[in-house]
Amino acid sequence: MSNAAATAEPLIQPSARASADTKAPVRIAVKGLNFYYGQFHGLKNINLNFHDRQVTALIGPSGCGKSTLLRTFNRIYSLYPEQRAEGEILLDGVNILDPRVDLNDLRARVGMVFQKPTPFPMSIYDNVAFGIRLYEKLGRSELDERVESSLRKAALWDEVKDKLKQSGMGLSGGQQQRLCIARTVAQRPDVILFDEPTSALDPISTGRIEELIEQLRDEFTIAIVTHNMQQAARISQFTAFMYLGELIEFSQTEKLFMNPTERRTQDYITGRFG
Amino acid sequence: MPALTETIALGQTRTTAARKGPSRNMDALFRGCAYGAALLVLTVLVGIIGSIVYGGLPAFQEFGFGFLTSSAWNVGTEQYGALVAVIGTLTSALLALVIGVPISLGIAIYLTQLCPGWARKPVAMTIELLAAVPSIIYGMWGLFVFAPLFARFIEIPISNIVEGLPIVGTVLYARIPSGVGVLTAGIILAIMIVPFVASVARDMLDQIPTILRESAYGVGCTTWEVTRFVLIRHASVSIIGAIMLGLGRALGETMAVTFVVGNANRLSASVFDPGSTIASRIANEFNEADGMQLNALMALGCILFVITFIVLIAARILTSRVRVG
Repeated sequence: MSNAAATAEPLIQPSARASADTKAPVRIAVKGLNFYYGQFHGLKNINLNFHDRQVTALIGPSGCGKSTLLRTFNRIYSLYPEQRAEGEILLDGVNILDPRVDLNDLRARVGMVFQKPTPFPMSIYDNVAFGIRLYEKLGRSELDERVESSLRKAALWDEVKDKLKQSGMGLSGGQQQRLCIARTVAQRPDVILFDEPTSALDPISTGRIEELIEQLRDEFTIAIVTHNMQQAARISQFTAFMYLGELIEFSQTEKLFMNPTERRTQDYITGRFG
Repeated sequence: MPALTETIALGQTRTTAARKGPSRNMDALFRGCAYGAALLVLTVLVGIIGSIVYGGLPAFQEFGFGFLTSSAWNVGTEQYGALVAVIGTLTSALLALVIGVPISLGIAIYLTQLCPGWARKPVAMTIELLAAVPSIIYGMWGLFVFAPLFARFIEIPISNIVEGLPIVGTVLYARIPSGVGVLTAGIILAIMIVPFVASVARDMLDQIPTILRESAYGVGCTTWEVTRFVLIRHASVSIIGAIMLGLGRALGETMAVTFVVGNANRLSASVFDPGSTIASRIANEFNEADGMQLNALMALGCILFVITFIVLIAARILTSRVRVG
């Protein structure tokens, strides 16, 4: 057993349905990104590409900056005046850190699912329709269709189709999280950000969300923050390992878990710290 | 069962070994004191209710249900009815809500959503200071400062504009633009309830999880949309509770209202006209009241008590339901 670490026998086997497509076009390009919480330097010179219709996982110990990085992609951090980002984040070639970028449009294009389910205080139907109504004027039947297809994509339709008028707050935790995914999908974003989407869920609900993320990959570019390495290995094509605000290693998930180049990556994925 | 006695025995040996004093007697005394303190409040409350009901009973017996529907208040003929005071109480309190609640919500939303961090404390402090102003000061200020200005710049111009028009020509017409009246009372009451409603509403908005707010912004909402569709709706039940608390205060407020309501026993459709509220009527007449007049005032007190009691119970139910959910 003492030799196991030396020979770097991987503890985690990547098992995503599809392997990485390195030729997929780059959707988000992060260039020289630095992030500050007041005086605290939260992200240090991050350079990273997110490929179209691939799942990219961000892993690393708590406080490493993975959530911070994710929160720059829809600039949700700018709700807090003491937080600021420097550098470039190109979404389809446009720098979204430019102050002239319309934040509301950006957030409709880059959807986000949070650590805990956050259904809005309204009916299931309205939860999904809410985001659509903000940006599109759809007729009644078109809206109905969009809501149904979004709920189907979120694997929730069969469970809620008879109670669309009931409050979204009445669903179980796992259902609520899928409702949030449906709400995000309904806006037809280009990118979906998942910030530890299963951390508040039981294993069965977690499994369903993971399946769902793999299916959504066919349509969306996905970035997911997870503190669960097995989860990263199961569902992602690319993985970035971060530590203390720095990007330590970024590669195809298979390679990162089976054959990491960095010592610190190997220590982390073999569970020697974290 | 044997196991239980065993533990008790063990406890006793430990107590005697570790302590000197007879802790059991002290404990009983302590328990008795706390119990008595709690009971005292209840006794006082029951006593107050009982004596008011007892005092008001002759008036209810004399006038029956007609006490509620009669607008008479004649000391000479001993004819008394609660209608004018009840309507004045409800109207002035509702006007206070109509004016005060939007302002309170605006303050709460500003403080929790828009206000830069450094300004939050001073603004909140200022608003809470409003609650510390004694009501007699509001009454005095209302009568000597606010009412003349109100008559000159609001009542007279508006009366000139609406004169002769249907409905508004009645509701917003001042026959004698004196500045005192039901609307003036409503405005003064609004100023008085704003700090309460605003601070409770602010607490409710503050309790909303950050993540819900972020996810509302996350679907691309503007600040207005986040506030209107997600935050207010999320806190709606407890905000209604906060409003009810304000209503409870407005209904029972006496001193300030007595100054500015006009104290006329007249039913008028105009909010500019003087009227009276239950509290102001009692405050005005209690000193010289005797016989049936005193009974009638007591009966008015009962009615006020019932109204505020209902409002406060409703507020309690609404605010508590949310904390659990």
